Amino acid sequence: MAEYKWPAMAERSWIGKRVSRLDGPQKSGGRAKYGSDMNPAQLLHGAILTSPYAHAKINSIDTSAAKASPGVTAVITIEDAGKEIQWEGTIIAAVAAETEAQARDAARKIKVDWQVLPHLVQDDDLGKAGSRAKPAGEKIQGDPDAAKTGAAFRMSGEYGIPVLTHCCLEPHGQVIQWKGDEIVSWSSTQSVSNYAGDLGGQIEVPATAIKVHQDHIGGGFGSKFQSDQWGAFCAQLSKQSGGRPVKFFLDRNVELMIAGNRPSHYAKITLGADNAGKITLWESDSWSSGGFAGGNIPPIPYVFTKIANQRLSHNAVSTNNGPQRAWRAPNHPQASYLTCAAIDDLAAKMGKDPLEVFLANFDLTARGDAYTRQLKKAAKLIDWAGNWKGRGKNRQGHIAHGLGIGVATWGGAGHDSRATARIHPDGTVELECGTQDLGTGTRTIMTQVAAETLGLPMDAIRLKIGENAYPPSGASGGSTTAGGVSSSTRIATTDVLNLLFEQLSSSLDNTPAANLEARNGRIQVKGNPAKGMSWREACRKLASPIEALGHNNPRNPRGLNTGGAAGVQVAKVSVDTETGVVTLDKIVAVQDCGLILNPKTAESQVYGAMIMSVCGALYEERIVDELTGRMLNADMEFYKLAGAPDIGEMVVEMEIDPENDARGVIGLGEPPVISGIAAIGNAVANAIGVRVPMVPLTPRRVLDAMNGNGRIS
Amino acid sequence: MSSPKEQDKHKGSKGEVSRRGFLEVTSAGGAAAATVVLDQPAGAQSRTQAGARIAGPGPVAITLNVNGKMLKVSVEPRETLLDTLRGPLDHTGAKRVCDRGTCGACTVMMDGKSVYSCTVLAIDAQGSKIETVEGLTADLKNDALVNAFVEHDAQQCGYCTPGFMVAAKMLLKETPKPTYAEVKAGLSGNLCRCGTYVGLRNAVLGAAQGGRA
Repeated sequence: MAEYKWPAMAERSWIGKRVSRLDGPQKSGGRAKYGSDMNPAQLLHGAILTSPYAHAKINSIDTSAAKASPGVTAVITIEDAGKEIQWEGTIIAAVAAETEAQARDAARKIKVDWQVLPHLVQDDDLGKAGSRAKPAGEKIQGDPDAAKTGAAFRMSGEYGIPVLTHCCLEPHGQVIQWKGDEIVSWSSTQSVSNYAGDLGGQIEVPATAIKVHQDHIGGGFGSKFQSDQWGAFCAQLSKQSGGRPVKFFLDRNVELMIAGNRPSHYAKITLGADNAGKITLWESDSWSSGGFAGGNIPPIPYVFTKIANQRLSHNAVSTNNGPQRAWRAPNHPQASYLTCAAIDDLAAKMGKDPLEVFLANFDLTARGDAYTRQLKKAAKLIDWAGNWKGRGKNRQGHIAHGLGIGVATWGGAGHDSRATARIHPDGTVELECGTQDLGTGTRTIMTQVAAETLGLPMDAIRLKIGENAYPPSGASGGSTTAGGVSSSTRIATTDVLNLLFEQLSSSLDNTPAANLEARNGRIQVKGNPAKGMSWREACRKLASPIEALGHNNPRNPRGLNTGGAAGVQVAKVSVDTETGVVTLDKIVAVQDCGLILNPKTAESQVYGAMIMSVCGALYEERIVDELTGRMLNADMEFYKLAGAPDIGEMVVEMEIDPENDARGVIGLGEPPVISGIAAIGNAVANAIGVRVPMVPLTPRRVLDAMNGNGRIS
Repeated sequence: MSSPKEQDKHKGSKGEVSRRGFLEVTSAGGAAAATVVLDQPAGAQSRTQAGARIAGPGPVAITLNVNGKMLKVSVEPRETLLDTLRGPLDHTGAKRVCDRGTCGACTVMMDGKSVYSCTVLAIDAQGSKIETVEGLTADLKNDALVNAFVEHDAQQCGYCTPGFMVAAKMLLKETPKPTYAEVKAGLSGNLCRCGTYVGLRNAVLGAAQGGRA
């Protein structure tokens, strides 16, 4: 049985090193090709007609003018007469034409007779939801009534966090060619290996007839797991256009309306604590909406799951908005905000420093030691002791300063992944895997692992990913990719190296394979480097290429990967009390993440996640108009993202040490995106002296809260 | 969030009317000009009595100077420079993200000034020197700014990165030794969703300190 465990920290050549991402030059120079960049010969362009109404019935559709429009090659009706549509942006029909402009012209000529129906698009006021709110049950633990009566301190507050859209910069879409019996797709997908089966299921074509290519993807964040209806109708348009390829990507406005969003969460929360500051009671009435299908129950109380006495009730609100999709750490940022804001408010009620209250209650979490260690580190990095003053007590003129805390937990164990490693007699090495690089650095870490295992430089490894012809590997979601592909790569390269060792044994005095090692471009006898040969010389002894398939089975990850990341973030803000403008001065992340394959790209993940948190805390939200049922900011002027000047100083402290390293690889996509909103929200409350209940913390909401009008709806 | 330079991007570099400028003109009472354009027979290029150049509405043959090469292409007058570059000219470094002059992913240089190519009509770019990210980083391996982007990991998914590259080239051309505040301002006309601003800021500062960008 081969030994797959990671080499000891001190003995690593590539793993754990700050290696620059391999596709960096291609991306920086605009050479990297995305699905939306593909321009195959004879390309046609797609365009769509969407519903302008949030809720309406189609009386009739007339596509005759569109079919007769110049340049049109195919018109498909997606929703038929009689259909009741439930959100703005629903795709009604699609057109293919010689040019994009001609396709748009034709789509505009499609006539739809609508019967407009009443809608509900806003979800912040449960009282207005009526029958659209569906109770999702009540959960009781311990004796909440007694805890409420007996609590030395009690705090009640309400908190809200709105719907965000994924706003991937590369919109959803693809170029597809359906010619004869074969389909070729250049898609924008988080799941190269599963795309063909998903698309094939929609259009009744065997997965084996569908080839998927994707070198790069311009953002997914959980919204690009499926082939989607646009994959299906784009394929149909191609088929109906004589097998010419068709390019269709969503326009920005439709992208923001229908291509995924993070559900809202609202909660009225009561906390109780004893004289020592120990939390004894959690009560919450929560509601959420992720569109027409309703909303998820948030995982609250978040992290502090062991609060003895709890009563929770939840309502899922169905609204006439585009449907939710997984959004980087689904439901966790919302739950972290709701929970950490309530604990921060409890500390204020007790007149205590929230740092002390969080520390005093970490035994109510699954990993109290980790959170205690991390919060102490974060507090030091932001000089909590020197900077913290009570709520509303740190003012210089009209500028108020504050500090706040947020906590996070995530799994992140590796997914099911297969990779093939192949050594050729000329010494070249191929590594094939049906995974995808979302920009997290997947290419880079796989190459590091392969080079490490084979004792070669990184440029000796020819890595091939992004095609479904390669061994299947899981979708990139839930921080599962790093663990999955690093483990399958480690197993494949270890096994193929053992095959090489076995073939070399006779050339090296019959040294058993177990006593050989690959180091510094040589195959040599362990403990006797002089006895060996160069890699190329060794490979020349092969009669034909050798290969091995590595499989990371999540049920038996062989110690190579695991789940369970903990993180703490602490924010420092300044608030202009005259304008209500919040400035993030500094944010610190302390994150454990097992064995860090590449600190440089790992830190980038954390920086990026913190910046996303700044967006969510201060700027971005979907705004829908109850009167018209329409999204008012389906664009990038008013769907606000932070820019380069808006993000303040960022400090990332990755916990790299033997204890964490021994846990194996843990994915890092989700953990750092969870707690930043809570930290910033709490820092603003600390600065201005009152809670701003609803995020993002826009100037108006800040001023309203300071004037005693803070509310969630 | 906007820098003075960002304002320049809304105009064609030679004072010609960009798409946004066109909208401003028409909303100020210039609708008659648009009507004249639409009244012309398809495929025609002609002049009004007053001498204004008329193109379209059908495709017209134009020549664009892209990265030093004269490229012939047939476009409808309503087509943006961005779509012409990405489609028929297959220069896909510039990306279409917001398609309305907000995000900067489509940034190119026209006559040495950065512009949002989604706000410039292709026909208005005739006679201008257009430089795309591919041209501005022609020597990819030895480009100091590319190397700084890589060294400081100024990209994740990479879809916004080419736009930032052009913006950074513009910044360092005008301000070779920028302060930290100038770097932030110089990058403020572009947006990133993955959150690469830390790497971007460090990359531009690093390249400037190296004095080679």
